[in-house]
Amino acid sequence: MSEKKDDKKTNRRDFLFTATAAAGAVGVGAAIWPVVDQMNPDASVKALASTEVDVSLLQRGQSLTVLWRGKPVFIKRRTEDEIKKAREVDLNELKHPEKDEDRAKNPEWLVMLGVCTHLGCVPLTDKGDFNGWFCPCHGSHYDTSGRIRKGPAPLNMEIPKYEFVNNNTIKIG
Amino acid sequence: MSDHNYTPQSKLGKWFNDRLPLLTLANHLTDYPTPKNLNYWWTFGGILTFCLITQIVTGLVLAMHYIAHVDHAFSSVEHIMRDVNYGWLLRYVHANGASMFFLAVYIHIFRALFYGSYKAPREIIWILGIIIYLLMMAAAFMGYVLPWGQMSFWGATVITNLFSAIPLIGESITTWLWGGYSVDNPTLTRFFTLHYLIPFLILGLVVLHIWALHVPGNNNPVGIDIKKPSKDTVPFHPYIVIKDAFALLMFLILFALFVFYSPNVLGHADNYIEANPLVTPAHIVPEWYLLPFYAILRSVPDKLMGVVAMLSAILILAALPWLDTSKVRSAVFRPLYKQFYWILVADVLILGYVGAMPAEGLYLLIARIATVYYFLHFLIILPVLGWKEKTLPLPLSISEPVLGGSINLAAAKTINDKEGIS
Repeated sequence: MSEKKDDKKTNRRDFLFTATAAAGAVGVGAAIWPVVDQMNPDASVKALASTEVDVSLLQRGQSLTVLWRGKPVFIKRRTEDEIKKAREVDLNELKHPEKDEDRAKNPEWLVMLGVCTHLGCVPLTDKGDFNGWFCPCHGSHYDTSGRIRKGPAPLNMEIPKYEFVNNNTIKIG
Repeated sequence: MSDHNYTPQSKLGKWFNDRLPLLTLANHLTDYPTPKNLNYWWTFGGILTFCLITQIVTGLVLAMHYIAHVDHAFSSVEHIMRDVNYGWLLRYVHANGASMFFLAVYIHIFRALFYGSYKAPREIIWILGIIIYLLMMAAAFMGYVLPWGQMSFWGATVITNLFSAIPLIGESITTWLWGGYSVDNPTLTRFFTLHYLIPFLILGLVVLHIWALHVPGNNNPVGIDIKKPSKDTVPFHPYIVIKDAFALLMFLILFALFVFYSPNVLGHADNYIEANPLVTPAHIVPEWYLLPFYAILRSVPDKLMGVVAMLSAILILAALPWLDTSKVRSAVFRPLYKQFYWILVADVLILGYVGAMPAEGLYLLIARIATVYYFLHFLIILPVLGWKEKTLPLPLSISEPVLGGSINLAAAKTINDKEGIS
């Protein structure tokens, strides 16, 4: 405490202080991380990553809701009219511009997460100003491609990873 | 707890107190000099302490019967209602107790707003109070999730999705909060844990809140500094203890009315339907005490900005001691502030009402106007009032307006009329 004269010069003690503090910070961080990370999805949750759905009974215009990773997935077999409506929209009109061709590879089948991108409610099928989906919670309207058209939601409904295992079965995830 | 020279009378007491000065603390609490003009709006601190203890005790025993698992939570709550001895009573006291707690805390907060209790030197008391209020909201929200009904599930979904509005890391944070890809069992168990923890955090903060209060002492309806102890004060015991106890009894009558005559009137029927991740109820509403903030959230058409507005509406209160630039504390001597105060009360009530209504048409318009006014009050009106308003003359002491015959008789009369001081 008495050596006040050369307190501007970096000395060995400063180095030791800094090094100790740095090592301490790394140690505390390493100790805290497991406590934080335990809250992330665990192995058993991750293991439920995919599900297979039989869609053979679905007629055109009908839709099906299945649970995948605790969330609803809408599988809609669209009518010609619905496909036409979804495809002829001018992209400049959209809040979140995405082509219907990119959202539904096979135009007849639209597979998407039935989760409103606003705050996570499940929208109602064949409702709303655009005859697609309507979220009752805060009034978001989606079109027949599941794209946000009106209301507070910022994004289109998400398209999960999926594939046709055969003509009658879709594998989600 | 400084100006104390207390010595216990008994030898044992002195022996103990020299080693752990608990008796000094008890003596401080009983002798604590309190302004003699405190009105009934000042009794809500005691009522709130009662509410906290009630929630902790009833919650503790409910936890002995509740099962935090998605397959059992709903039925374990029904088990409490039907099978557990007095389970219906304990659960109804706990559920309505939350509402009573918020009712009391809102009166407590608005009392502070009216009498300027947040101003120097009481800023820390105020900020601690705001933190307690935030923790109360967190605890109430998580508690509402535990019965695992439809409102529980979808309320949890909506509120946790608020975090997804954060740019870039929002999705990861939401997944982290859930412990999965949606609200599910991991979410329920952690909410139960935190719901159990938070009341004890609140208890700790309440101790700090009261400690900070006992440094400058209570504010009072006249809002002037007082010498303590003096002619202006009375000891906490028995004067304030009796007054608080009487107010608590009145409050308990209301509490009992809800518990015994309409225990579900403040809840939602949808919550007696077990949680179903495939069906969202047609109309999701939070509990009544969160409605004003819910209205603010919905009145902003942008997701991120809506969340920001809602959080700001709460956090702006913490900055209140610096936003209100007036040196005069009590609204009794601030003729303009008094009017704006009541407009704010009406504004918050309107927000609460439209928060319960669908967010469309006229309701949405009203919500937007009320939201703008809410922020206007704190950010523009209060700072400007501080230097524009012509305040009434302050009395020199509490005793002066009470005893009369002073140069400030007009002001004194106003107080007597308004506050019912005799």
